[in-house]
Amino acid sequence: MQKRALVKALGLTFGAVLMTACASNSDVAEGDELKPLDAAQENVAEKAAEVETKGVEAQAVAGEQIDAAANEAQAALMDMTVFYFGFDNTTIKADSKNSLIAHSQYLAANSSARVVLEGHADERGTVEYNLALGERRAISVSRFLQANGAASSQIETVSFGEERPALMGHNDDSWSQNRRVEIKYQSR
Amino acid sequence: MKLIIKVLFISLLALQARAELVIEITQGKQSAIPMAVVPFKWKGTKALPENVAQIVANDLGRSGYFNSLPKTEMLSLPNTEEEIFYRDWELLKQDYLVVGEIKQDGRGGYIINFKLIDVNTQTALMNQKLTGGASALRDIAHFMSDRIFAALTGLPGAFSTKLVYVTTNRDRTKFNLSYADADGAREQNIFSSKQPIISPSWSADGKKIAYASFENGRSEIFVQEIASGKREKIASFKGSNSAPAFSPDGKKMAMVLSRNGNPDVYVMDLASRQLDRITKHYGIDTEPQWMPDGQSLIFTSSRVGKPQIYKVALADRKPKRITFEGDYNARARITPDGRKMVMVHRNNGRFHIATQNMKTGVLQILTSETQLDESPSVAPNGSMVVYAASVGDRSILAAVSLDGEVKFRLPSKYGDVREPAWSPLLK
Repeated sequence: MQKRALVKALGLTFGAVLMTACASNSDVAEGDELKPLDAAQENVAEKAAEVETKGVEAQAVAGEQIDAAANEAQAALMDMTVFYFGFDNTTIKADSKNSLIAHSQYLAANSSARVVLEGHADERGTVEYNLALGERRAISVSRFLQANGAASSQIETVSFGEERPALMGHNDDSWSQNRRVEIKYQSR
Repeated sequence: MKLIIKVLFISLLALQARAELVIEITQGKQSAIPMAVVPFKWKGTKALPENVAQIVANDLGRSGYFNSLPKTEMLSLPNTEEEIFYRDWELLKQDYLVVGEIKQDGRGGYIINFKLIDVNTQTALMNQKLTGGASALRDIAHFMSDRIFAALTGLPGAFSTKLVYVTTNRDRTKFNLSYADADGAREQNIFSSKQPIISPSWSADGKKIAYASFENGRSEIFVQEIASGKREKIASFKGSNSAPAFSPDGKKMAMVLSRNGNPDVYVMDLASRQLDRITKHYGIDTEPQWMPDGQSLIFTSSRVGKPQIYKVALADRKPKRITFEGDYNARARITPDGRKMVMVHRNNGRFHIATQNMKTGVLQILTSETQLDESPSVAPNGSMVVYAASVGDRSILAAVSLDGEVKFRLPSKYGDVREPAWSPLLK
């Protein structure tokens, strides 16, 4: 238990640092997004390694309490399983990040857990471009999860393009709900 | 046994509710040639299953090159050259006239004799006899339209061609790949699935359809023989497999695969299944289409941030951007003569069908009344473009001539119709 709490606590600190580290990566314009990833990932890994040692020292004492609070907070964050995007955009929105970090931590802590990331687009534009866009959105989320501790072997991505809208309307409200990635747990 | 299953399958298909497209012409051509197809004489005891003259009149009217005179406006109804009273047609300002008669042959089939008359010179330009089986009246009618169209315009007619398209119910729980005449008649489903079907495209010989199906949980490419219904899985690599396009010689297929983590254009040799990666870029590369010579491809790429059309020669693999107007140009298709490109273009936030001259780069927007226009596909004679659009809360097929002057719609009775693909000229 003690060990698990430590891992969890660590994870939170880890995630918080990564969130900052990733911000510059995820906020870039669509076309450039995939390019700087390798470099960014290395950076992140270095910083995380530094934090890891510090984290253990500082939080080892209050283990149990943090565990309970963290579990609760994590559960709440993990209730969010649908993440939305801007038009013709594959950048993860700021308000998606805390929840995605919680999912990452869960995956990191439960190595047998598996997720499928389903990418979707709204109906505007062409069918094939939207299929690619949905895929790029799913890949964006996959990379974010991996940067935050999930293993690539735990994640599968699939795109449905504009074929499976969440809402059938032909208006901004529906479109904003349809540009999304859904996290679907295959095993917990 | 196999045969019985196939027959049963076909009968089941026939029983299914059908989308059945019905054509509504929404805009005609100013310069269209006025002509009249007079109802044909029929001496049989039973009513004919099809109104041949009406089918021909509709075909020619829909082409945009002709204005077909409605039957109700005709002053006389001649069936032979001798019965024509030219004053009637001069009064009605008609340039051409089609007259004819239909007889039954000994085996239950039909014989149609028809003449194409030039009203101004009072001469017959065409005098033909067409024959066909009992179920072939529609085919004969479209064939007649092709002949008349070719004689008067010098272009091959495309009335005997077919369309494939995807129909879905409102809930998107049932998807059909449908096959119909170019005028929407005689629709049948050639493949059905609970999962999405996208991007149908024809082989150059008109015998096969390639498409992407999600039946196994993600998009994979299949090729289906139209006559036999036989299907074969062509590509199911990791990630998405999509946007298939047969090469003009039918030996290769361009496609989009994301097996390396990002959608790129590949060319597969269909005999060996060998893959050749054509694009390598972190942006989206998709919607490849062959140039008529088979030496290069055009495709959509987001490599500058927003989708634009690029051309890449297979010899040097160096993509060159060819669209510069607007921030969304995608899914380009080439006219059969290679002179124009038709694509989805966004203008003031609205998606429309546009053409671009391949030489001058001049862009012309063709559509305005429909919304969210997508999936343009060019008729094999280069006269019209069929596309999917949103009208009200339905997705329908619509068509527009390459000069933007003629417009018609093919709304279905239920559900949504999407992703049309116009067949090549069929032999």
